[in-house]
Amino acid sequence: MKRSFWVQLDSWARNMTPFGLTLIMVIVSMVPMHVPEYARVVPLLSLMAIYHWAVFRPELLPAFAVFVIGLLQDILSGTPIGVHALVFLIVYGLVLSQRRFLAGKSFAVVWLGFSLVASGAAVLSWILVSAYNVVLVDPRPVFFQYLMTLGTFPLLGWFLLRWQNAILGHK
Amino acid sequence: MKERPRTIGRIAQPIKTIAQRFAYVGLVVAAFGLMLLGKADVVLVERLRVSVTDAFAPILDAASQPVATVSRMIGEAEDLFRVREENTTLRQDRTRLLQWQAIARKLKAENRALRAMLNFVPGPAVNFVTARVIADTGGAFAHSLVVNAGERDGVKKGSAVITGDGLIGRIAGLGDRSSRILLLTDLNSRIPVVIEKTRTRAILAGNNSDRPKLIYLPSDAVAAVGERVVTSGHGGAFPPGIPVGIVAAVGEGGISVQPFIKRDSLEYVRIVDFRLDRGFAIGSAGSKTP
Repeated sequence: MKRSFWVQLDSWARNMTPFGLTLIMVIVSMVPMHVPEYARVVPLLSLMAIYHWAVFRPELLPAFAVFVIGLLQDILSGTPIGVHALVFLIVYGLVLSQRRFLAGKSFAVVWLGFSLVASGAAVLSWILVSAYNVVLVDPRPVFFQYLMTLGTFPLLGWFLLRWQNAILGHK
Repeated sequence: MKERPRTIGRIAQPIKTIAQRFAYVGLVVAAFGLMLLGKADVVLVERLRVSVTDAFAPILDAASQPVATVSRMIGEAEDLFRVREENTTLRQDRTRLLQWQAIARKLKAENRALRAMLNFVPGPAVNFVTARVIADTGGAFAHSLVVNAGERDGVKKGSAVITGDGLIGRIAGLGDRSSRILLLTDLNSRIPVVIEKTRTRAILAGNNSDRPKLIYLPSDAVAAVGERVVTSGHGGAFPPGIPVGIVAAVGEGGISVQPFIKRDSLEYVRIVDFRLDRGFAIGSAGSKTP
């Protein structure tokens, strides 16, 4: 009895890690890096993590968790509250509906999928922020941020895959 | 034995899917609703932002320490390599500055004498709060920083934030132990400035690019590339004369300014407590009444 409680607690803690890691990504992307021009093109780490878990283990990152992560991203980064929550939810829904094309495929396919999803997310957030401020926001930083996010994805994707295999185990 | 769970599953699965769909659509609507709420009730949403940021301040503070330490170590190593070279420059600077010191002393004495003759009202005293940058929230849409000083440290909303280089922005959100700085390059930043040489007044408007623009210039205004832009002190929130940047381009698209901010090297900033009430009193005393 006692042992099964600890086993349950252990698996619960493990299953919390996708949400926990994604929250950590939000914080990490806020750290001042003291690298010239970095702040303007800081990669959207939280988007990568949400994409990854939506493809591989969506049951561990429910829509509500995605909503909370988006809100935190908005609150801390100073963007209009709701923008990232909406963008992340749409990315999440989109990935879930296309999951059978992505899950179990080679990393290149997953990356390609991400490049499409992230470009949609970038365009959507640009539209939302422009509409919110009733002015056309300079699209260039959005484009560079997209490139940066795309370039960083293999690094984080590799780490998350490793994490998934080591901590969560195969399904 | 095997049939029962399958039947339950057959009924439960669609219900579960429908419930999940509903939850998903509900959340999307909620996110959209929050955006509208942020547009309608700015105060409420800002309070939410401030309290959540405040709650996360210790985490952000801790997370920013290692990178700050590494960057400081790199900086120190670089300094060590340049010690000889820097020493020579400093010696030259010292000779030059000693001459300036003599001039400044003379001017100070002269100024004091002239002030005494004119019954000049001195400007308000200025206090500083020094704070560490704990989050550079980055991204393409917002130019803001979070610092680890708030209301309990004496920071006030709307205060100017400066570094040795010049103005970097103002306090936009004030929490108990943290505050948010809106950089002067942000889309929502508006700062009253003057072009130092011609004393032309304008508003420096951020546009989310590196180079904010001057707006509301008088129609006959002229500006040349390279002229310095400083705060005007109009509106009373900022002390006058803080360096902001230099005119970078004059053209069809207006006048753009290259600010003195070095965003990547911001580690400590100074928040200027310029007393608003006294600032206004002096402003009204100085203006001419018809």
